[in-house]
Amino acid sequence: MNQITVIVPAPLRQFTEGRDSVTLDAGTVAQALSELTSRYIELRRHLYSDDGKLRSFVNIYLNDEDIRYLEGKEDAGLAVGDEIRIVPSIAGGVATAVEVKEVEFSPEEMSRYARHLILPEVGPEGQKKLKQARVLLVGAGGLGSPASLYLAAAGVGTIGLVDFDVVESSNLQRQIVHGTRDVGRPKLESARDRLLDVNPGIEIEGHEVRLTSHNALDILSGYDIVVDGTDNFPTRYLINDACVLMGIPNVYGSIFRFEGQVSVFYAKQGPCYRCLYAEPPPPGLVPSCAEGGVLGVLPGIIGALQANETLKLILGAGDPLVGRLLLFDALRVRFRELKLRKDPACPICGENPTVKELIDYEVFCGIREAEAEGRRLEASVPVITAPELKARLDAGDPIRVIDVREPSELNISRLDEAELIPLKEFPASMARLVQSNEEIVVICRSGRRSAYAVRLLMDAGFSNASNLTGGLLAWSDEVDPTMAKY
Amino acid sequence: MGWDAVRSSSKTGDDLGARLVVSREVLALIRRHVEGIYPEEAPGGLLGTVHEETTVEVVEAVPSHNVRNEERRRRYLIGPDDVLALERRASEAGLQVVGYYHSHPDAPPLPSEFDREHAWPWYVYLIVSVVDGRMADARAWRLADDRDAFDAVEMNYKGLVTTGTEDK
Repeated sequence: MNQITVIVPAPLRQFTEGRDSVTLDAGTVAQALSELTSRYIELRRHLYSDDGKLRSFVNIYLNDEDIRYLEGKEDAGLAVGDEIRIVPSIAGGVATAVEVKEVEFSPEEMSRYARHLILPEVGPEGQKKLKQARVLLVGAGGLGSPASLYLAAAGVGTIGLVDFDVVESSNLQRQIVHGTRDVGRPKLESARDRLLDVNPGIEIEGHEVRLTSHNALDILSGYDIVVDGTDNFPTRYLINDACVLMGIPNVYGSIFRFEGQVSVFYAKQGPCYRCLYAEPPPPGLVPSCAEGGVLGVLPGIIGALQANETLKLILGAGDPLVGRLLLFDALRVRFRELKLRKDPACPICGENPTVKELIDYEVFCGIREAEAEGRRLEASVPVITAPELKARLDAGDPIRVIDVREPSELNISRLDEAELIPLKEFPASMARLVQSNEEIVVICRSGRRSAYAVRLLMDAGFSNASNLTGGLLAWSDEVDPTMAKY
Repeated sequence: MGWDAVRSSSKTGDDLGARLVVSREVLALIRRHVEGIYPEEAPGGLLGTVHEETTVEVVEAVPSHNVRNEERRRRYLIGPDDVLALERRASEAGLQVVGYYHSHPDAPPLPSEFDREHAWPWYVYLIVSVVDGRMADARAWRLADDRDAFDAVEMNYKGLVTTGTEDK
């Protein structure tokens, strides 16, 4: 043990009773620092990080030599009269989502990313950030297809995919990451093959599950950014809430028919999805793409914009769509932008959040209730199965078949015997049906809308109406496999 | 970007927080430096005096070198040797190193998470926003005692301050 002096820099003197130097006994630099911080305990959190290591911006000099360059470093021995000086480095800077670690590029990568490397806004540093980045795409469908293809091509080092569907032929009109040969394969496998063909130098992490409140935080953890490519409200709120709780940005996109929306919900810097839509719409009000249709190129445009925002967040380039909602109208080719404000009363990212963990989003969105209501409705009306209906039509029984779907749906599949009365015209058209005493069978795609129509008929006093249970989907499965399903 | 390191609640009671007094000349020098180095980050030291631990008066701003080799548009580092040189220069002039300034190119003058992680207590951090090559805004901050956030430091200007072009 030798008596030495520790010189304390001005910012730390408030913790040493104002002293600019402290005299103490120690054998090594490490012992001296340990003695100093046990004498002045508040110094500890400024000098050491949580893992007990000296903070990177704290420099220790022994007699004007940085101990990093001394033999033994912190264990360097001390002599009487030695001077230990705590010297600050001053560091800081603008925030970016991803920190750069040391990455080397192979010659193949140099040529693959040449067009990025010559862009000042990307360059070798930006390309390293891309390689270090971990992006999770929820949904390998319409939006996830172009987004994942461009992120893979750009060299995003790790791409996670969440999807549990298989590729269907009705997907191929817009889901360009999958091909005709992939029909029937899990979307994850199909997407992985295609993305690794685009760029074998990246990692694809597959999560073949439905994202739920139970697994979302586990799945999201370790990713820097989430890209929302989902088609339903419960998952959209789930992704939003999980991203807010984990403090990571959510690159949001949605599409319907000819219109799309894009934004970046990043609660640390701006509003979240709940600030924009505090409550989900009632179930059934907003039709899904399966019901309403969508122009195939639209998810291409919106998904590519999501990829653009994701790359910008990783690079720290330009102005992200934080606090802005971009609306795109494909028919008029018009982009509009809405300013979004953070809602101070937002239940998850506001000043006094009430949502502190993930909830049941199907209940939140009224889906469970709507499903139960639908099942109750279907159970309350007389039914006929597809094979029964087929047999009775073949036998020439006098049955009037009413199809309550939209006219556009007849382009995909139809029963020749059916007459069309779209559901919204149905109440006004019921009087027409009274004239006939024929038995009535109502049909639609799944049996849900037709059950509603049968209920209307029963309430109006008809006793001879029944519902084709399972709809034309069941007809295709059980009677005529050549009938297209959608 | 990254203004999550700012504490939203203001200080109350007897802890009134700190005040930074800067003259027009000092601010003009900082502006020439940060605009000249744009689009990279420009750091420097603030030399001055501290009255009653709450009023910090800047007498001189001294541009430093950003010793980082990479990411110079988003990161700055003043090495320990330069810090020691600044301290020597301050004590020769009968002053102290009271804080540091740095620019945020095309970003608001709000401390980033990275700023917070690397901040020292007591020093006043003056952050200057430079947008399209022009100094746009400046705000001062001091690390909270628990290291969890920055507290805003009130800025008082001595003399008329303009951000026009006459100094360019």
